[in-house]
Amino acid sequence: MIVFLQQLINGLSVGAVYALIALGYTMVYGILRFINFAHSDVFMVGAYCGFYCSRLDSGHTLAGGLLVMAIAMVACALLGIIIERLAYRPLRGSSNLAVLITAIGVSLLLENAAQLVFGADPKAFPALFPERNFTSQAGLTVSSNQLLVLAVTAVLLVALQWIVLHTKIGTAMRAVAFNHQAAALMGINVDRVISFTFGLGSALAAAGGILYAMNYPSIDPYMGTLPGLKAFVAAVLGGIGNIPGAALGGFLLGLIETLVKGSKFSTYSDAIAFAVLILILLFRPAGLLGKFQVEKV
Amino acid sequence: MLSIQNLSVSYGAIAALHGISFEVGPGEIVTLIGSNGAGKTSTLRAISGLIKSRGKILYQGRDLANLPPHEIVAAGISHVPEGRMIFANLTVAENLAMGAYLQKDKGGIERDRQFVFGMFPRLAERRQQVAGTLSGGEQQMLAIGRALMSRPKFLMLDEPSLGIAPILVKTIFEKIVEINRQQGLAILLVEQNANLALEISRHGCVLETGQIILRDSSAALRENPKVRAAYLGGV
Ligand SMILES: Nc1ncnc2c1ncn2[C@@H]1O[C@H](COP(=O)(O)OP(=O)(O)O)[C@@H](O)[C@H]1O
Ligand SMILES: [Mg+2]
Repeated sequence: MIVFLQQLINGLSVGAVYALIALGYTMVYGILRFINFAHSDVFMVGAYCGFYCSRLDSGHTLAGGLLVMAIAMVACALLGIIIERLAYRPLRGSSNLAVLITAIGVSLLLENAAQLVFGADPKAFPALFPERNFTSQAGLTVSSNQLLVLAVTAVLLVALQWIVLHTKIGTAMRAVAFNHQAAALMGINVDRVISFTFGLGSALAAAGGILYAMNYPSIDPYMGTLPGLKAFVAAVLGGIGNIPGAALGGFLLGLIETLVKGSKFSTYSDAIAFAVLILILLFRPAGLLGKFQVEKV
Repeated sequence: MLSIQNLSVSYGAIAALHGISFEVGPGEIVTLIGSNGAGKTSTLRAISGLIKSRGKILYQGRDLANLPPHEIVAAGISHVPEGRMIFANLTVAENLAMGAYLQKDKGGIERDRQFVFGMFPRLAERRQQVAGTLSGGEQQMLAIGRALMSRPKFLMLDEPSLGIAPILVKTIFEKIVEINRQQGLAILLVEQNANLALEISRHGCVLETGQIILRDSSAALRENPKVRAAYLGGV
């Protein structure tokens, strides 16, 4: 039981990061119907922002750490908006393949630029927050970092859900996702909504990057690749384009991975995500929460 | 109010409109009739900025040609598109809120909502329902209500009777007349159901393969033997 609970907590805190990244994939897919492969590199840049901004937070206080995270989120939101503006907007109306290839190009560009700017060597990620371990009498151990990951993710998910469901811009996001032209006929500036979506997704990825780096204490320009792929699987698992689905898919994938890690198949823990991808594509291609919408006449 | 001058639209190498011209006066209902593929939808889409065009679209003296759609809405033109295009994933209330996207004053928006609910009580009953679950006729009511939420001075309707139960078609046409009378809204109406459209409009244009071949008062068009043979079922 203790082992299971321990795995559960570990799995959720891994999955939280996947969930945060997966949301960006799924929101952009929902609106533009393409996979933004550069998203995992925004996640990486988020971690580097955390690394450099951590110098502001020499006392390792909770407030300081949260401030660092907020700065990284704003910086990456701008990065996401700029990427969309420069790389994807000129291709609006082009073939999906052209956009996909561009996304891969942007990803390579960001990775190589990061090598130039940040250096290719892995860097030790500093402790942003005060750290403690809590151990129960029965032997269950939870680190303050794990709790922080879960708490921050929960707050961000609730905030995102609130924006999407209860604000004007969030409703406009759903309207644009359903039909660009109909949204434009309402007076919605569709390009602005797309920018907002990139900004939102990128901010979440930045938070994910910092939370990830806190628990895997070194960062490098290619650190986004594997979590990015897994988060993509999480988005597909939940139903690509579906926001609660991406969160669910992230947590589920984190749990599955942690369970595999704790079993005798532990060497396959990185591969399990791809097994999940194949299974979901075979048996439920629309994902767990995705549904094919039928237009009524 | 609206003066279309020499408007042309092409899809790639294929021309859909060959320099058409017509006018809609203030408070007037003008009908555009024509068979399938004549270019009616293309005309409306060019006016609302959804597709590129050549020529002039003068609205209250200003040329709106090729402005982005959100600026056309801001200028006071609202377009109920062919096939309704309601947001099936949003509730009725959210659809109306999107119609009011450019409106800032909460009180005014609420008044407009009540006006729409007064006109289409069914929408009021279903305000929290997801719009995709409405019947075709209710979706058309929602599409019209949503268009009114932007407080237009000029309304364009693309085949509002398409795919709707005949009894609801009558209701919807009555509402169109009501909107026109009560709000003094100018309306450009596209219809294949030419009988009905010519009954409620003052003027009409007949569009054939991208050209306007006839322009007259609706009463005269209804008596025109050519129009009767081609569009009014020869009655
Ligand atoms: N998206 C499009 N791409 C290519 N051709 C189009 C497109 N939309 C319409 N057309 C063509 O333009 C012409 C006019 O179409 P349309 O404006 O939809 O006519 P209507 O509304 O009168 O039925 C038709 O020949 C149609 O095939
Ligand atoms: Mg048409």
